[in-house]
Amino acid sequence: MTLNDSLSKNRESIINRWFDLIVDSYPQNTADFIKSEKNRFANPVGWIIKKGIEDIFEGIIQNKSDAQFFPILEDIIKIRAVQEFAPSEAISFIFLLKQALCEKVVIENNELFAIESKIDTLAGISLDIFMKCREKIEQLKANEDRVLKKSNS
Amino acid sequence: MAKEPKPQEIISQINYNPPQKSWMDIPVEMKEGMFCYGAKEKSLQTLDFPNVRSWSVLEEDWKLPEKWDKIVLEGIAERLKKYRSFKIFMDICVRCGACADKCHFFLGSGDPKNMPVLRAELLRSIYRKNFTAAGKILGKLAGARKLTLNVLKEWWYYFYQCSECRRCSVFCPYGIDTAEITIIARELLNLLGLNIEWIAGPAANCYLKGNHLGLEPHTIKNSIDFLVDEIEEKTGVRVSPTFNRKGAEILFVTPSGDLFADPGTYTCMGYLMLFHELGLDYTWSTYASEGGNFGFFTSMELAKRLNTKIYAEAKRLGVKWILGGECGHMWRVINQYMDTFNGPADFLEVPTSPITGTKFENAKSTKMTHISEFTADLIKHKKLNLDPRRNDHLKVTFHDSCNVARGMGMFEEPRYVIKNVCNHFYEMPENTIREKTFCCGSGSGLNASENMEMRLRGGLPRANAVKYVQEQYGVNMLACICAIDRAALPPLMNYWVPGVDVTGVTELVANALVMKGEKKRTTNLRGEDLSVEEKADV
Ligand code: SF4
Ligand code: SF4
Repeated sequence: MTLNDSLSKNRESIINRWFDLIVDSYPQNTADFIKSEKNRFANPVGWIIKKGIEDIFEGIIQNKSDAQFFPILEDIIKIRAVQEFAPSEAISFIFLLKQALCEKVVIENNELFAIESKIDTLAGISLDIFMKCREKIEQLKANEDRVLKKSNS
Repeated sequence: MAKEPKPQEIISQINYNPPQKSWMDIPVEMKEGMFCYGAKEKSLQTLDFPNVRSWSVLEEDWKLPEKWDKIVLEGIAERLKKYRSFKIFMDICVRCGACADKCHFFLGSGDPKNMPVLRAELLRSIYRKNFTAAGKILGKLAGARKLTLNVLKEWWYYFYQCSECRRCSVFCPYGIDTAEITIIARELLNLLGLNIEWIAGPAANCYLKGNHLGLEPHTIKNSIDFLVDEIEEKTGVRVSPTFNRKGAEILFVTPSGDLFADPGTYTCMGYLMLFHELGLDYTWSTYASEGGNFGFFTSMELAKRLNTKIYAEAKRLGVKWILGGECGHMWRVINQYMDTFNGPADFLEVPTSPITGTKFENAKSTKMTHISEFTADLIKHKKLNLDPRRNDHLKVTFHDSCNVARGMGMFEEPRYVIKNVCNHFYEMPENTIREKTFCCGSGSGLNASENMEMRLRGGLPRANAVKYVQEQYGVNMLACICAIDRAALPPLMNYWVPGVDVTGVTELVANALVMKGEKKRTTNLRGEDLSVEEKADV
């Protein structure tokens, strides 16, 4: 079985495990809530993480280009960028996929490198998006300060 | 930037199962982006508030008065006597958790102390320790704890992370209103001079000059004159508002923010156009030049002080009644508190529309009517010549502002108005609108720029619902009837849902309004091209 086959076959269990690993980085009662509430509007963070990692996983199976991953990664990173995470913490959710894969599928040595470097690339893209989000936040702050100055002048 | 750790290092550092500690054992940590700067000496002085001094949130020493804890405990005792609701809310919570996941700040941050039940426990634990037998004897076992400096800082941090939106109260089986608990907690903090400048500054401006921005009479007049010129350029009609005019039938009051910042200015132009078209006998006031009330985010006493000036001005000018513009908390204050503060306003008449004759009985005591009620009534009686096709490039959704929705119970009027001036209107999902509406994340005086991260977190649930209607129906305009929304929603959309703009409802009305003597309208109030053939041409 190729890696792609076993990823497809174990899709659900890998994604669920990956989701749990990400959510467990929140305090426990928050994590319990994020895992249990399924309504998109009652639990935006949980829904966006779940949808985001499903799309990332699909993208990996379909061998999408780096550029195609940008919009897929964006929604999760936007959340991480306002949740006070340091850059390394903000993108750590990508690496947790390695953990989930190790637990759920057997990866042959010859395929290990490919999947690992894919995940590392995604981490790099995530970091770029994170920095853009932070810039955007600074810009939003500066815009407001400008309006305030205008009204005080 | 710090050196990036290797993947394995990161994985090995992550603790998958954080130890479960009691919330009482987790000390507060002031995080940049999450709090607003402390109130300035000058603002506290203007307001005649206690403990006037300069201080900084991040410094260890907050320069508190000696025996600050005694002041707080006495403050609690006084309020337990004064507000029956406070006493009840302290006693009856069964910690069922129904409210826990209903706060937008919790949903966006994941911080358990943003759960309404825990937010209230921050204060309730002190209440138990000092005012209940069980708490005195059993201490922590009974959910009680001692008032320490750390507790005080925790209060400051989390009670200025509650926008007093009341969403949680909708879900509480006992009707406990955490917003009221926050209101009291902020009163207590203010006994020690612990306000935020974003609230104290505007409140001081309002107390001194009549509006939050501190605009003086000539500046107000100049700003409105500028909008008058803009209107003439766009419509060919010269409107002529009056100021401080004695004997006018109606006093019009709106938030000062709308005089200055886009997109509020377009809504302000909308008021001017609508009133001109109706030939309304109304006046602006450069003294009661603020609808909003940042005093309400400080203490009941200050809220009352700032509310008084609107009625004092109505009396001075001898108007019959007051018409209020699109604002959020202004209406909560009028609807829930004004009558106790300064009512009944017997020297005024029950608001009656001079155009339709409708008597607004709901405003019998406060004598103040909301612009959406007033406009909906005009439309219902077919008194406006409207061409909704001028808004055809817009796919509109409506954000219920917390204060107007939950604080006043107004849901239908703005929707009725929008549907009559726009052809494309789409609702957001049921659990995010009307009484369950999500806060913009910046209410109750938290719309500073230094806490942008917190505002963006708090606004995520709202933005997430807007994103849904953008995906489903191509929504590109978010309408609201609140000035804080008009200031806070644009950055929120910019971050979470680019492509969606923000408008006041009266701006939509004005764009659709066919005015007598107008020139062929080629642009809307924002100067954007109108591609619609004029109604008269069809
Ligand atoms: S009033 Fe609003 S902001 Fe405050 S705890 Fe309740 S839901 Fe949260
Ligand atoms: S829903 Fe009401 S009773 Fe239940 S925990 Fe919240 S405040 Fe307490």
